[in-house]
Amino acid sequence: MPLPYYVSPEQMMKDKAEYARKGISRGKAIVTIEYRDGVLLVAENPSTLLHKVSEIYDRIAFAGVGKYNEFENLRVAGVRHADVKGYSYSRGDVSAKSLANAYSQALGNIFTQDIKPFEVEVLVVEVGDTNGTKNEIYHILYDGTIEDEKNYAAMGGQSEEIRRYLKDNFQESLDLAAALRLGVRALMVTQNKTLTERDLEVAVLDRTKERRKFRRIPAEVLHQLLTETT
Amino acid sequence: MLDPERWKHAFFDYSTSSFAEILHRAAPHLLPGATEPAREEGATPAVPHGTTVLALRYRDGVIMAGDRQASEGYQVAHRRIEKIFKADDLSGVGIAGAAGPAMEMARLFQTELEHYEKVEGENLSLDGKANKLGQMIRLNLPMAMQGLVVVPIFAGFDERAGVGRLFKYDVTGGRYEETDYFAQGSGGKDARDSLKKRFKRDMSRDEALRVGIEALIDAADEDLGTGGPDLMRGILPSVKTITRSGFAEAPEDEIRRHCEAVLNDRNRL
Repeated sequence: MPLPYYVSPEQMMKDKAEYARKGISRGKAIVTIEYRDGVLLVAENPSTLLHKVSEIYDRIAFAGVGKYNEFENLRVAGVRHADVKGYSYSRGDVSAKSLANAYSQALGNIFTQDIKPFEVEVLVVEVGDTNGTKNEIYHILYDGTIEDEKNYAAMGGQSEEIRRYLKDNFQESLDLAAALRLGVRALMVTQNKTLTERDLEVAVLDRTKERRKFRRIPAEVLHQLLTETT
Repeated sequence: MLDPERWKHAFFDYSTSSFAEILHRAAPHLLPGATEPAREEGATPAVPHGTTVLALRYRDGVIMAGDRQASEGYQVAHRRIEKIFKADDLSGVGIAGAAGPAMEMARLFQTELEHYEKVEGENLSLDGKANKLGQMIRLNLPMAMQGLVVVPIFAGFDERAGVGRLFKYDVTGGRYEETDYFAQGSGGKDARDSLKKRFKRDMSRDEALRVGIEALIDAADEDLGTGGPDLMRGILPSVKTITRSGFAEAPEDEIRRHCEAVLNDRNRL
């Protein structure tokens, strides 16, 4: 019987992290930007059927990059968590914070215990109320690291450059069209390519909407918003 | 060897888009009918009961309407209870029977539909929704045997067929589709009698509202448990329309106008 090789824990974690990071950086990017009426999520995603951005609950949205089957699993788990909580307490008691913590726990456990870590990063976004509560953006990494972000966030390939671009160009209280153009420009400039409405998946958490704030923006509307005169 | 148990669930766990299934595993005590009913005879507590709800088809879809009273035996338990609930954008549930379990069931049903929509990325078909509600009523059967009967009506707009449709249920969860109209609850029979005389195919919204409201007024006339429009207190029946463009509440002044017209015609104002 061959003896198992000894690998130091430090080396093992390093290898896993590198493996996960590689997988994630190959994927297309997602940006999220706070705008006047809520939070905007823009993903580069040519598929209209396999979503990267989706609804979790009334005020909460989810976005994932990396391996589709892995973040899809996480998304469904999140919908379950939120629906069970909302049903057993009340709809208002479902918060992005507890959901983000659950994701962080799950990804952390998988990273340390499984041979193969999840090659994903996820965003959990909650839109504030009209009465002035703040938006919340949580960014959870493949190893369970959790960060809360303000104004904007980016993940996936070239996320560093996108973040830098947004840092230089972000303004508060943009309207939807302006925020969208900023997001799309951030994706285009950093990758040196043009993106049309057909390459994008866009959704918003719109606080002016009743109850369920999540809304996908269809391609025709997207086209209008992108071509509006600046 | 890869253990087939590790991946098989992805195919056979198709119930995972069902919220009720999740709840069954995660928190079974929250499901309707989960509490073991009392075994003694006549142990049913006096609880508020919802009384008359109805649904009728018209040109653009379906109208659902209900009176606002909940009764506890010969007493009025509530005067302004809401009995017609939005299930999702294209369907609604009217509850009759024991109000507590019925409202809980409506809430579970709403969550069920929304859960399915979020997980699957598309809506259940209207038949799928109607069947699901039937299964929930069946879950409640032990409670129903103890007297806590819940018999909702379900109506919605069938996007695939392009028409409004309505369903009634029995206590065992049996589901029956009605072609034109139905009314349920203690005043249900009186409302049905009224609808039978006044119903026409392809009515306009205005005509259909009038027919529905008149049926509720007839039910309130004949049935102790059903509350009529109370213009003094400003209590009006609740009326919803479900059409291609969604679930909507009929505006209060429109309902009031129809109520006054019916009462005027009968020379009682």
